[in-house]
Amino acid sequence: MADAAVGKDKCGEQRLVSLPLSRIRVIMKSSPEVSSINQEALVLTAKATELFVRYLATCSYRHGSGTAKKALTYSDLASAAEDSETLQFLADILPKKILASKYLKMLKEKREQEEEEDDDGESDIGEVLA
Amino acid sequence: MAERPEDLNLPNAVITRIIKEALPDGVSISKEARSAISRAASVFVLYATSCANNFAMKGKRKTLNASDVLSAMEEMEFQRFVTPLKEALEAYRREQKGKKEASEQKKKDKDRRTDSEEQDKSREEEEEDEERPEEEEQNEEEEVDN
Repeated sequence: MADAAVGKDKCGEQRLVSLPLSRIRVIMKSSPEVSSINQEALVLTAKATELFVRYLATCSYRHGSGTAKKALTYSDLASAAEDSETLQFLADILPKKILASKYLKMLKEKREQEEEEDDDGESDIGEVLA
Repeated sequence: MAERPEDLNLPNAVITRIIKEALPDGVSISKEARSAISRAASVFVLYATSCANNFAMKGKRKTLNASDVLSAMEEMEFQRFVTPLKEALEAYRREQKGKKEASEQKKKDKDRRTDSEEQDKSREEEEEDEERPEEEEQNEEEEVDN
């Protein structure tokens, strides 16, 4: 146990970045326009990603509803992505979740609204079937 | 290089550790939140790469360098990362310098050892070695004697 703690401390001190550089490089290279990346740029990107993960977590936690419950949930992240200007680029991959029932209700409401606007033309079908 | 989609994921264990370090003790992180942060981190890498690449292209360079990444952070409105990143860069450069010196030292030590065994082989390398002129002279003498 003591050894493990020492190992961890040593690691924290020695290693500048904890994310694997090889993986970061693969992700960077998956961008077709990138031809080559120097080692310093790679290290900085890895470090920036670490800072970003930390920022996203703290920002969503503080901003979210979880502070009372001591929990970080998906919806905290989704609302942070929606509300923060800087995190706007995440909006597509962190969409706000809604219940299917709620969605169906929304859909129904929308349809009803449209039907009302359509006057009582085709909206009578339901009644006819009934 | 990235053949499977999971090749673009970052290791969950590392991501979880970073999140835990960032949040106060005892905060639970849902599994969904973890994987969402992990995905967000991959997207961040791509976004940063693409921004940095634009700066490299503007500078008519093919290789992304440290200043491109720093400029990308400003462009992405992550100015807050610039100072810690500059510090990390300095630390990295120091580390590299240290490593280089350590390997040179190692080489010297090795030279010294080989030297006592086989003088001829190490002589060339040693002539470049400015720190030990005395020994060099000594070697020369010894060689002459031989």
